[in-house]
Amino acid sequence: MPSKPQRIEVVLETLIESIALAEEVGVRVAAVAGFGEDDQYKIGLAVHEGVMNAFQYGNKQRRERKIHLTFELHDEKLVIHVVDQGAGFRIEDVPDPRDDENVLGDSGRGVLLMKAFMDEVDVLSSAAGGAELVMAKLHKR
Amino acid sequence: MSFKATTREVGDVTVIDMDGRITLGEGSALLRDLIRANLARGRKKIVLNLAGIIYIDSTGLGELVSGYRLIKSEGGEIKLLNLNKKVTDLLQITRLYTVFDIHNQETQAVSSFHA
Repeated sequence: MPSKPQRIEVVLETLIESIALAEEVGVRVAAVAGFGEDDQYKIGLAVHEGVMNAFQYGNKQRRERKIHLTFELHDEKLVIHVVDQGAGFRIEDVPDPRDDENVLGDSGRGVLLMKAFMDEVDVLSSAAGGAELVMAKLHKR
Repeated sequence: MSFKATTREVGDVTVIDMDGRITLGEGSALLRDLIRANLARGRKKIVLNLAGIIYIDSTGLGELVSGYRLIKSEGGEIKLLNLNKKVTDLLQITRLYTVFDIHNQETQAVSSFHA
């Protein structure tokens, strides 16, 4: 029977400083979970991008809103949830910045980097209506 | 490590030497201001020296792109210099490696501008 994953829950204020803080937490959790330095950087950057999206687009920098960041340490993977209190979004609506018409555009790079550095990325609707970004990094065993 | 930048001139080329992180809120805004300030002074040949940049996020990448668009719109040119592996990887992932003129040596970067 698989063991119950360890969970680490962090509630972040909607402040710009929360982005780097979340990234640092992500790097530390990745290290504890047994990932090497290169993957720690990638996980940290993915968390950075996810929390930055929640700060800017989900919570629209509104100070009274919160960002919920959760890490689940499973045997086979690290799963990360970033939940904001905004209106939600569909990941398929995010333009691909690699397309010719978008490469000099302003959006889509954050999602692209998360997809590049994590093995699984999806966006769900949270219970409260905001976006729940779910990302996972598999252990290479 | 927060963002720091210094500017120097090599003939009619402006080299902006940068250190730290280019991210939302700090480095990105400062970089934008530096590019605009140089354009306002008529300095349209700009080299961004990223030798000291240890981290860049999607906002930072966006600022490089905005700078590229702005400089091009004013008839200028921008070059990137001394990218480390992490920054190079991000530019490759986002296809921006095909957009920018990238150099590993300053003398090459400076002499590569059109007259």
